[in-house]
Order: sequence, then structure tokens, then C-alpha cells
Amino acid sequence: MTTTQKPSIKLPAPQAINGGEAVAFAMRQIDPEVVAAYPITPQTFIIEKFSEYAADGLVNSEYINVESEHAAMSACVGATAAGGRSQTATSGPGLALMYEMLWVASGMRLPIVMHLCSRSFSAPLNILCDHSDVMGMRESSWPMLIGASPQEAYDQAVVMPTIAEHKNVLLPVANVLDGFTVTHSVERVEVLPDKVVKEFAGEYEPDVWALQPGSTATFGTLDANDFYFEHKRQQVEAMKNSLEVVRTQLNAFAEISGRQMNLVEEYLLDDAEVALVVLGSSEGMVRAAIDKARADGIKVGMLRVRLFRPFPVADVRKALEGIGSVGVLDRAIAFGTPGNGLLQDIATCTRTMPNRPLLMDFVYGLGGRATPKQLFRQAIDQVLNMNETRVEPDEPAYLGLK
Amino acid sequence: MEKRLPIEVRWHGRGGQGVVTASRILASAALKGGYYLQSLPDFGAERSGAPIAAYTRISETPPIDRGPVYEPDAVIVLDASLIGQVDVETGLVPDGTIIVNTPDPISSSLRKLNLAPGQQLWTVDASQIALALIKRNIPNTPILGAFARCVPVLDIDTMAHALEELMSETFPPHIVEANLKALQQGHDHATKIKVEVVHNV
Repeated sequence: MTTTQKPSIKLPAPQAINGGEAVAFAMRQIDPEVVAAYPITPQTFIIEKFSEYAADGLVNSEYINVESEHAAMSACVGATAAGGRSQTATSGPGLALMYEMLWVASGMRLPIVMHLCSRSFSAPLNILCDHSDVMGMRESSWPMLIGASPQEAYDQAVVMPTIAEHKNVLLPVANVLDGFTVTHSVERVEVLPDKVVKEFAGEYEPDVWALQPGSTATFGTLDANDFYFEHKRQQVEAMKNSLEVVRTQLNAFAEISGRQMNLVEEYLLDDAEVALVVLGSSEGMVRAAIDKARADGIKVGMLRVRLFRPFPVADVRKALEGIGSVGVLDRAIAFGTPGNGLLQDIATCTRTMPNRPLLMDFVYGLGGRATPKQLFRQAIDQVLNMNETRVEPDEPAYLGLK
Repeated sequence: MEKRLPIEVRWHGRGGQGVVTASRILASAALKGGYYLQSLPDFGAERSGAPIAAYTRISETPPIDRGPVYEPDAVIVLDASLIGQVDVETGLVPDGTIIVNTPDPISSSLRKLNLAPGQQLWTVDASQIALALIKRNIPNTPILGAFARCVPVLDIDTMAHALEELMSETFPPHIVEANLKALQQGHDHATKIKVEVVHNV
């Protein structure tokens, strides 16, 4: 993330808060009509803090502590269909229990905001970060932005409703922050004044809603083989439309905050011969490894994909143009597939490039396994080696596996 | 204040001793000092009495590492009984500082520490200070005071300011006041021990 010129508005003092609290801070400022959630680690702080705001009367939101994540998303579906703004937060297994309703929310075209604090799936029981849940919802027609720090979790949280509710989108959206490494990391977070966030987020003004007097609209009705196919095709368009809406809204946010976020974030790619592609908070350690490799004369750069869905194909192609070999960092295993999640995306979008980069996959950080910069340096060395030999491995490498 | 940034701190203690809170107060003090900061718990299931760790980073640029601290500039041990069970001194930089909560500067636990001559060892009886002032064995605030003395990055006033602000959110004024006193006493009573003395006892 680059910092552009500071805006002229008077800013509140920066906060020493963690990623979860930063998201709750934005939720308080946005003040959605309904927040429904079932507590789960590591989204812990979001709902703890937001329920405090609700109990202290700092928000007008109806806070519903439901009996499960399935019910949480169902409550959001009901609330937003009824014409209100709704938000929820969850992690790993909670998302899995919500899975049916993810598709209901997107199929009903309801602009719900979910904060997903990424966590592994059991078993064995593990509460720590990986991207199994992120990969688990990637085809459910939710635009997904993945941040890398508490600051970005806050910034994205402010932008999310404006993407979801855009008339050309009308889809639920996910603000992804890495469990523990972002949710529990207390850092300096620059926040905007309440008034500025409220103005930026505006009001949710749907054209049709379920409780609209005199409306003949119907929601979530039976749609057998007559129009189901067409409705799904419309969702394809909505997802496509969301890409430029995300870009526009991130730019609009930069205007008010001075913090520019992009669909993809590049680091030292201009003259790079090889590169690593990453999602989320591990980008810091990847950059540290790159700085070290650069000092050794290795021309390596990084591409971080922020907008994971819809996948920003043109932006990724442009960023990887002229790169000889690319290492893709996957923080989840797609069991039995010919390539893990991010590799599948990168391979699909680079396959038609005239001089496509060679690809190799790295699995890292499963179940919260720490990945220090030395391991990413190993990955860089392996990619360099592939760049020499010109042989792409079929199998992924496993970084930091005992 | 002598500045030597960035600085990485690793905390060792047992669940219930306020390790995570202390790390957070230190991070908040760093914000007040005008720095970038990071405080994060070592991620596991937290149970009362179980060994836990936390990390604090203070720097002049935004943090890029969101993992464990492997090479701390300072190590803080809230429970001396962890020494020998947990490798608290692992990775401590050659001129690093270790602060231990213990009533006895030449206790047998300290002798289990594997320290190099360039490393500094400080002790403070943080539990006794906490028991006297806060009436509970929560040694985190006195040891923060000791930290302000032993590692000259943030002064005691900045630390007190951060502590007051953070604790006032959840505790009544007399508890906050007792903790502020404990912070000051921890600062005043911290004692530097010669590493050679510990090894020769």
C-alpha cells in the first residue's frame, strides 16, 4: 500500500488496536441496521467489541447473538431482504456451517458484508490461520478482498458496503483478514472521523425490498428449470461488474484517507526476472525475503492479490508481464486437484500470455505454522532454479514442513 | 531517551499473569511515544497457569513481520519457575536484556539461565509489589516499570500514561491507581545482576 497526499480533514488520533477491533471500529461508524453473529475464534474481537458498542448504546444496530453461523447468515439474509444493512463476522468452521446460506445470500443478490477471519478447517482441531475457509467460499459469488494488516482490515471494512450495494453489483462481499496475525495483532491504526465514514458509506437504498409497501417483489422463491440458469448467468455479470466497482471505490477511499489500495499490490516487479505471488498478511515476510535477495543481486519481486474474487485477470497479467518464473504461495491445500487454489487461478490467467511465466507452487503456513523470511528465501531460490532449468514441477513444494 | 529502534520484546509467563495485557500496554506506550508498534500473543489455547508468550515490536516504520519474535532485544519473564522448562533466553541478541520476576536475585532458577557475558540480567520482585499494592499476584505492571528502566526506549511517564488510559476502560480508579504505583515501584526496585555472579553461585 502506498501513501498518497494526506487529506485536509482533521483526523482522530491513531489507535493502538488489533485487526478485530479495527473492523469493529469501522462497523460502529457504519452502524448497520442488523449485526448477527455466533462467536468463534479468531474473529473473537470483532463481535466482542461490537456487542459492547451495542450494549453501550453507541450504535443503533440490532445486535443478534444467534445460535449458529447458519442462523447468523440467515438473519442477515432476512434483514437485508427486508431493506436493512446487515453484517456478520466468522472464521473457518463457522464459515463452513454458513455455507448453504452463502449461496442464498448471493443468489438473492443481497449486499451483506461479512468479515472473514481466516482459519483452518478441523480435523485435527486447529484454531489458527490458513486459507482453507477462503478457498472454501471462492466460488459462491461473493466479491472477496484480502487485507494484510489491521490498517487494511479497517480500510477495507469502510469500503465494503459501497461495493456490495452498488446498483451494478448487489452481491454480498467478504472482508478477509488473517486469523491471529491480523485479528490479534495490535498495531497503529489510522482511523477516519465518524462523519467522514458515514458520508462515504452513505445509506443503503434498495430499489426493491421485501417489506416495501405495495411491492409485488418476491425473494428466494422457487426457480426450477425455467429461469434458474438465467439468474446464475446474471450473477456472472454482477461479479464481472464488481471488479471495476472495487477499483473505483478503492480510489474514492484513497481520496478521503490518503491510503491507496489496489486490486493487486506490486513490490519491485518492474525489473524482476522472477516473482512470488501471495495472499494476505504473509506479504510482509515475503517482502523481507525479497529485500534480502535483492541485496544479494537477485532480481525478484512480489505480487499480492488483494481482490481475490472476482480474480483480477487483466491486472495480474499486466503485473506478471516479462517475468520469467513465478512461485505461487498457497496457504491451503486443494486435495486431489492438479494444483492448489491460487496456483489454479494464476495458471488459468497466465496460460494465454505470449511469453507466459513458468509456474511452481508452494504450500506454506497451514494451521498457523510460522513462515519466517528464510523459508520464503528458499522459495525464491527454487524459483530461480526453475528459471534456469526451464522445467516446471508437477508437485508443489512444502515450505517449513517438518 | 536513548533510542535503539527497532526493538523486539518477547514475554514469557503463565496464563493469568497479564502477559498479553502488559505487551499491549507497552505497545500503547509506543504509540504515545510516536512510534509504530505491534503486540501479539503467541497463538494457542490460553489456560490459566499454562506457559504463554507474547511479542512486542516497536519501530519507526510500519511492522512487516507478524510472526513470533525469534531474536529478541529483550526478554521478560513473569514467572521464574518457567526457567529451565521453557527456553526463555533462546535467540536473545548478544547485548540483549533479560528481566526476571523473582524475590531472590541469586535463586537457583536464575542459575539455569544460559547467558553470555554481554547480556544484561535484571531482576525485580514484581509479585511482591503486586501483592502489596494490587492485592493480587499479577506482576505485569511492576515488571513494565522495570522494563522502562532497563531498556531505555520509552520513559516511565509515557508508560504510566498508556497504562492509565488502557486500564481505565475496564477498572475502577483505585485499581488503576494501585497499578500506577506498582509500575513506579517496579521501575525503582529493578536490580541489575552481574551475569558472572549468577553463574558462580
